[in-house]
Amino acid sequence: MDAIVLPAVVLGPLLPALIVLAAAALVLGLDLGPRALPRELLAVTALAGMIGALLATLARWGAPGRAFRDMVVLDNYALFFNVIICYSGALIVLLSMDYLRRTGSDSAEYYALVLFATAGMMLLAAAGDLVVVFLALELMSLSLYVLAGLFKRELASGEAAMKYFLLGAFASSFLLYGIALVYGAAGTTNLDRIAAAMAARPRDPLFVVGYGLLLVGFGFKISSVPFHMWVPDVYQGAPTSVTALIATGSKAAAFAALIRVLAVTLRGVPPDWTPLFWAVAVVTMTVGNVVAIAQSNLKRMLAYSSIAHVGYMLVGLVAGGAGGTGAVLFYLLTYTFTTAGAFGVITLCERARGEAVEVGDYAGLARRHPMLAAALGIFLLSLIGIPPLAGFVGKFYVFGAAVRAGYVWLAVIGLLNSAMAAYYYLRVVVYMYMREPEGAVTAYAPSFAGGVALTVALLAIVLLGVMPAPFVDLAQAAVAPLLR
Amino acid sequence: MSTTVWLIPAFPLVGALLNIFFGGVIGRRAHWIAVPALAGSFLASCVLFANVVPGETLTTTLFAWVVAGDFETSVVAYIDPLTAVMLLVVTGVGALIHLYSVGYMHDDPGYARYFAYMNLFVFSMTMLVLAGNFLLLYVFWEAVGLCSYLLIGFWYTRPAAAQAGKKAFIVNRVGDFGFGLGIMWIWSAMGTLDYDRVFKGAAELPPATATGIALLLFMGACGKSAQLPLHTWLPDAMEGPTPVSALIHAATMVTAGVYMVARSRALFERSPVALEVVAWVGVATALFAATIALIQTDIKRVLAYSTVSQLGYMFTAVGLGAYAAGIFHLVTHAFFKALLFLGAGSVIHGLGGEQDLRKMGGLSSRMVTTTITTTIGALGLAGLPGLAGFFSKDEILAAAFVTGRRGIWALLLLGAFFTAFYTARMLFLAFYSGPRMTREAAHHVHEAPGVMTLPLAVLAVLTVISGVALGIPSEHGTRFARFLAPVFPVHDGGHGGFAALLVLVMAVLVFTAGIALAWVVYMAAPIRADAIGRPKTVVHALLLNAYYVDPLYDRVIVRPLLALSEFLARVFDLRLIDGLVNALGRSVVVWAAGIRHLQTGYTVNYALTMLAGAVAILAFLLSR
Repeated sequence: MDAIVLPAVVLGPLLPALIVLAAAALVLGLDLGPRALPRELLAVTALAGMIGALLATLARWGAPGRAFRDMVVLDNYALFFNVIICYSGALIVLLSMDYLRRTGSDSAEYYALVLFATAGMMLLAAAGDLVVVFLALELMSLSLYVLAGLFKRELASGEAAMKYFLLGAFASSFLLYGIALVYGAAGTTNLDRIAAAMAARPRDPLFVVGYGLLLVGFGFKISSVPFHMWVPDVYQGAPTSVTALIATGSKAAAFAALIRVLAVTLRGVPPDWTPLFWAVAVVTMTVGNVVAIAQSNLKRMLAYSSIAHVGYMLVGLVAGGAGGTGAVLFYLLTYTFTTAGAFGVITLCERARGEAVEVGDYAGLARRHPMLAAALGIFLLSLIGIPPLAGFVGKFYVFGAAVRAGYVWLAVIGLLNSAMAAYYYLRVVVYMYMREPEGAVTAYAPSFAGGVALTVALLAIVLLGVMPAPFVDLAQAAVAPLLR
Repeated sequence: MSTTVWLIPAFPLVGALLNIFFGGVIGRRAHWIAVPALAGSFLASCVLFANVVPGETLTTTLFAWVVAGDFETSVVAYIDPLTAVMLLVVTGVGALIHLYSVGYMHDDPGYARYFAYMNLFVFSMTMLVLAGNFLLLYVFWEAVGLCSYLLIGFWYTRPAAAQAGKKAFIVNRVGDFGFGLGIMWIWSAMGTLDYDRVFKGAAELPPATATGIALLLFMGACGKSAQLPLHTWLPDAMEGPTPVSALIHAATMVTAGVYMVARSRALFERSPVALEVVAWVGVATALFAATIALIQTDIKRVLAYSTVSQLGYMFTAVGLGAYAAGIFHLVTHAFFKALLFLGAGSVIHGLGGEQDLRKMGGLSSRMVTTTITTTIGALGLAGLPGLAGFFSKDEILAAAFVTGRRGIWALLLLGAFFTAFYTARMLFLAFYSGPRMTREAAHHVHEAPGVMTLPLAVLAVLTVISGVALGIPSEHGTRFARFLAPVFPVHDGGHGGFAALLVLVMAVLVFTAGIALAWVVYMAAPIRADAIGRPKTVVHALLLNAYYVDPLYDRVIVRPLLALSEFLARVFDLRLIDGLVNALGRSVVVWAAGIRHLQTGYTVNYALTMLAGAVAILAFLLSR
């Protein structure tokens, strides 16, 4: 009788995710320990996990690895997203420290869940198999559903968690059905082998319907129209630090999986689905921007603005190639820092009745807290896309790629949208700098960790804006192997 | 080596950032950051200077800056002997002036802000000099303009200062408009902005294109270096603190134009027309400004017009192809003009803010160091044989003479006569004639503290030795020219013989005549304050009002423009554009309010929308 041959277990490519998971276990363990332990220890452990994962990611740069029979592929592409995800996770832990204590929801579960979600995101970016895509997506999503409902006593938080969960489950079922159909057609869930099967029978209706359902699932996670309706409710109701995580890390991870699945499996015979993406991009950015104009709640406004930014990123996907797709990666990098920073400022502002979330709450902020107002101002200017900030360069490369690929009108629509967006972003700046405060005064909740997070984000925005070329090169180099 | 290069701008940048962001905490200690920053920058420049290899151009890239399609620009430094010389002047003179500022600005409420701007200026100027492509040059060209604006308007509560800052910025923008166009033309004609490739490719440019580009670039130089007809901002810039005038409006920033033209000589030499224009604009400005300086009564205005005039000499030299001579004059001028401004600042400081020559006099016994050093500076400017200005001006005059441009030579000689006269006049009126200030003012006259007189002494020494050390002509050009020979080929011959002797003798004669005439007018007999600078004749009035250029610009350009913009603002913009935009904006808001209602808050509706979306996507995919 032959001995059972165990497959060689290679854990190297999983190292970043494992570090994060280990940190999560440690956080839970610490919570069981003596009560006397300082509460900050939880956050510091979580932060150490993020930074450890970031270092592990940087250490593996340029040395791609595969594990579990190609189920996990840690190539430069995944590593690039790992950097985004780790930064986003670390910024959010920093922002959470004082925010949670102030809102009385400081708990080990919070940090553990953030770490679990982060691990899910990293796996999503490195998934080389549809099964891993689904598992990672659920690991991330389930953690986020719980996190959204963290403020147990607040109705809005509960509502957000419930809606997010119900609709998320709905979307996941589309995704799962899509995976099943693709498996039915290809006989495998491995992306490379699907590509081979797809190349043989590109017109197979099973494939086509399967992909359609996959797109629905991903469309929900990246919040493109018409799968965006959960976004404003969830962003508004969830704790602001969680909103920041949903808006940055989870969006980046979903984009990572979407781009990898499409790029790898369709590289044999790329079908012409451009009109679909073209239309979704236009509708997404336009709806996001137009509705954002009507919002008076800052978190809701940023929610619609994040939808609009998804539209811009889809422009890069339409452009395609290393240029366009690389531009999307770079855009995600700039978007993460900017959006996390903007939500970060909100976590630092409070009023007697709770968080300062109405635009009116920010009237006259510049006079009382000039640094805070300047920070938010810079984040908003970057979101508009004013040079020399990161947001400008991100847009520049995305629209530039579209023009070079011949989609001039798409770029024109994108630029018009950017101009329209300036209105609602600048309105906040106007309130901060040119209006007198009304009613109770918005107070600044001092937080050293929060200050560090904002400083990092600001520096990153300026750095990416002033010398973008090396990072764009990295993004394009990371994405190029997928397209071959 | 490449690290050293970047240290030069890095020191002042860090200093500026520290004083900008922590100025409130640093306060009176700002100079402990700013002055060492400059000293470090100067040391790094010395190291660079010692390591420059003649005949070799070193480029070092900090990072790729903008990459967009086939357009690529890096932050790159371009280092050759010319860069090294410019950096030494900028950081060396800059360091001395920073030191001087410690005393001059000691009780100013904006102490930290002052040093932040000054450091920012030095950062921008060193980057301008280091820049290895035209885009980077343009960025820092604008940055020094911005610093100049900030520093002229440093005392922004004074309307005159605020006005002068604005004027400097706007007039500079006029020139920069051309400069920007020139750079764009370079790109469209050659597809690159890198110095290396542009200068190599210049030889293939069609002459007409080269002329267009060169003239547009020169337009920028006219603005930055205050040449006709864009000179009007420099005299007004004297509203800034005096050390600022010394650093920016005499020694460094205004020389950027000369530097740029010399640097881009490959482009200019392709077009004889452009070189001719440069030379004649230089001559015209030299004479024009010198005549105005003859009768100004404000000590800083005399120096300001003198600066404009001397910049004219530099442009003439560059236009005649005598680049080394032009740059040499730039260097010596930086020494003695900084010295003169700082000396004037010391006088103003000692007199409690008095700038009017009519109310000065008799300071030689009260402010000994200032008197001695300023006299050396003035004689350097006037061209006393043996001092720096004599040698450098002689180089320019000789260049005009030996290239056969006798007309230019004669005009420059006339300018030199005026220079000697107005310099001596200023010196006599301020220091050597009898005191004309009020008794009380006279009582308070005092010498400046050591932190101010030390820079004066150093600059005086430089004025004395730099000419002898670097400027003695020989068969193969001056020592200075030989150092720059890898950048600017030396034209052998011409020096020596009868021609050189004639040029030399004429220069000495003119110098003596100018001083002597000033002596007769202002020293031979005691002079009353109200007898100085009164518009007695038409010529006098013309000069005192600087040929009425400002009122002319006001009538011909400013007011019609204002009227036009008033019209456009009231009728075109307010009615038509704003109306359209407002209508558009309102319609979007209405739309937004409408679409917003789709967001019902009911989860079922959201799910149904998703379902509809899924159906639409499947329908599309299946239809392909």
